Amino acid sequence: MIGKKNILKQILPIFLCILVGLVFGFFVLLLTNPEEAFNGFRTILFGGFSGGVRGVGNVLYYATPVMMVGLGIALGFKAGVFNIGGPGQFVIGGFLATYFAIQLPFEGPMRWILPIVFAAIGGAFWASIAGMLKAYFKVNVVISTILLNYIAMYCVNHLIKQTIYDPGTNRALPVPKAGQLPTAGLEKLFEGSSVNIGFIIAVIFAVILYIFLTKTNKGYELVAIGFNPNASKYLGMNEKLNTILTMAISGALVGIGGALMYLANSGKSITVVDSLAAEGFNGISVALLAYNNPLGVILSSVFIGYITVGGFYMQSYRFVPEIVDIIVAVILYFSSFSLLISQNLDKIVFVLNRFSKKKAGEK
Amino acid sequence: MMGTLGFVLQQTLIFFIPLLLVAIGAMFSERGGVLNIGLEGIMIFGAFCGLLFINAFHGSIAPQLLLILGLIVSMLSGMLFSLPHAFASITLKADQTISGTALNLFAPAFCVFTARVVQNVQQIGFENDYRIDEVPILSNIPLIGEILFQKTYLTTFIGAVLFIAAWIVINKSRFGLRLRAAGENPHAVDSAGIDVQKMRYAGVLISGALGGLGGLVYVIPTTTTFSSTVSGYGFLALAVLIFGQWRPGGIALAALFFALMKTIAASYSGIPVLSQLAVPNTIYKMIPYIATLVLLMFTSKNSRSPASAGVPYNKNDR
Repeated sequence: MIGKKNILKQILPIFLCILVGLVFGFFVLLLTNPEEAFNGFRTILFGGFSGGVRGVGNVLYYATPVMMVGLGIALGFKAGVFNIGGPGQFVIGGFLATYFAIQLPFEGPMRWILPIVFAAIGGAFWASIAGMLKAYFKVNVVISTILLNYIAMYCVNHLIKQTIYDPGTNRALPVPKAGQLPTAGLEKLFEGSSVNIGFIIAVIFAVILYIFLTKTNKGYELVAIGFNPNASKYLGMNEKLNTILTMAISGALVGIGGALMYLANSGKSITVVDSLAAEGFNGISVALLAYNNPLGVILSSVFIGYITVGGFYMQSYRFVPEIVDIIVAVILYFSSFSLLISQNLDKIVFVLNRFSKKKAGEK
Repeated sequence: MMGTLGFVLQQTLIFFIPLLLVAIGAMFSERGGVLNIGLEGIMIFGAFCGLLFINAFHGSIAPQLLLILGLIVSMLSGMLFSLPHAFASITLKADQTISGTALNLFAPAFCVFTARVVQNVQQIGFENDYRIDEVPILSNIPLIGEILFQKTYLTTFIGAVLFIAAWIVINKSRFGLRLRAAGENPHAVDSAGIDVQKMRYAGVLISGALGGLGGLVYVIPTTTTFSSTVSGYGFLALAVLIFGQWRPGGIALAALFFALMKTIAASYSGIPVLSQLAVPNTIYKMIPYIATLVLLMFTSKNSRSPASAGVPYNKNDR
């Protein structure tokens, strides 16, 4: 079990990374518009709170799809596969969910639950292609999932044009009210925001994934393979099947992310363009900032949602919201060697302690 | 028929050269022992800096000279941009996929941000007056003249020269031998008194230079508005690298294959045989990616990847 001291040791480097990222962002603001830099930066720091309850609700709304993608990627990392196919699995899930939410012939809760199920199946199927290629043909997962991203994107663009296309907006048709995710009372708590039951669903999945990885045999097996594939093979674990299973679950989670994004009542629907879904890549940052811990993913995705909303409000100071992506990239860069920081933390603390003791001794 | 073949090969070159350059860049990095998944970002950054330079001096310098200077700028900026990746993965022994991914996230965000701050719109437009319509005398050679010396770009020849140079450097030079050894067996290199870290830095910086160059080489002939994307070419270069088995000759063949597929996807309507088939446009667009995936299925089992690629070098691990 992780002790209190270890949790601190894990969290502190992440806070340092976030701090460095924010400072970097501040300097970029200072360079581009010195007069408003301070106001703009304050808006990012206040993030979701800049917009009152509405802003807080939107933080949770933005966090929802990224949390699901982050969970999928985190599981992959835990089991030793780098699933960079988030954008593909996300858009496949988003399409299937939109399609069924529009087409299903009945009303009631099943009208939005079933589309989520189909999105999970679609995402699982798409990701398991890469899993099978890895298991049986040794194709590098990073490369195959990248290629599958583009194939999925073209596929979905084509399918939308064939089925649920709205030529006026060059998008998929909007999901009718009956197919949208219910707001489950959250709309009263966070008036005016787009938050909905999707956030609760995502949190539940995070908890389930945490229990699966830490408390079940199968989950433990997947993590063991990620940790040491050779030893696991020696112990009789079926590496091939487990690789496919990992990818399938990972893809299902990402696919659900797509469903929760496009079934939200915010009026956002899939645009038919030749570019990959950004949420699929953001999930990588979310997973890594959380050390691939499912419960940590809840926090890191809310953090990403928080500064995304901050970036949105910052536009009133004529700043460009892409600054948020820059900050996230810098945070991610520094987190790539956060292990080094945490390893040297002991030394830093040791030196500081000696220093303070010396001072105390002098007195 | 001759005309069609010439047209197809001419188009293929436009896709082939940047892919070749970036994949060769990736080869230098990985043969030296460092994975460089950040090439997509490096390409974007290189193309962005090169275009800013070209736009700043457009009209005051002769087009072909300006293009050469722009290419140098994109090389240098690509090299500079790969430096943080080298620092993280070599000096700090960080996770190489993560720091590479950070480059990929940073580059488009930074370029879109800068473009919007400077000129309010995300797209960077530029005038393409770099096409050479006809090279005297040489353009009259049948077929070859049409493919190589009509409606061509200087970048094609620069790319070819750099490829040959890269082949010689990696296979025949002392530096190439040392670099390859740093990626295969760094401990042996170290015990021979050669600085492994220096070798690896060199590998990553070369990949940055070629990646940045490849970015501008890709953008110039294919569009006139750059919106901070290179359509996954940096990622495809990695697929080409694997498919080409980390060797220059193999990489060239793999890049040629993909470029041919891409040409068919992009311009099938200009190819009489294909335009008559009633295959939807989307299928053509997917073909290059599916074909690469299928080929990887057959070539990955006997993969000859550098033994220490992706593994940080620690003097004390034995």
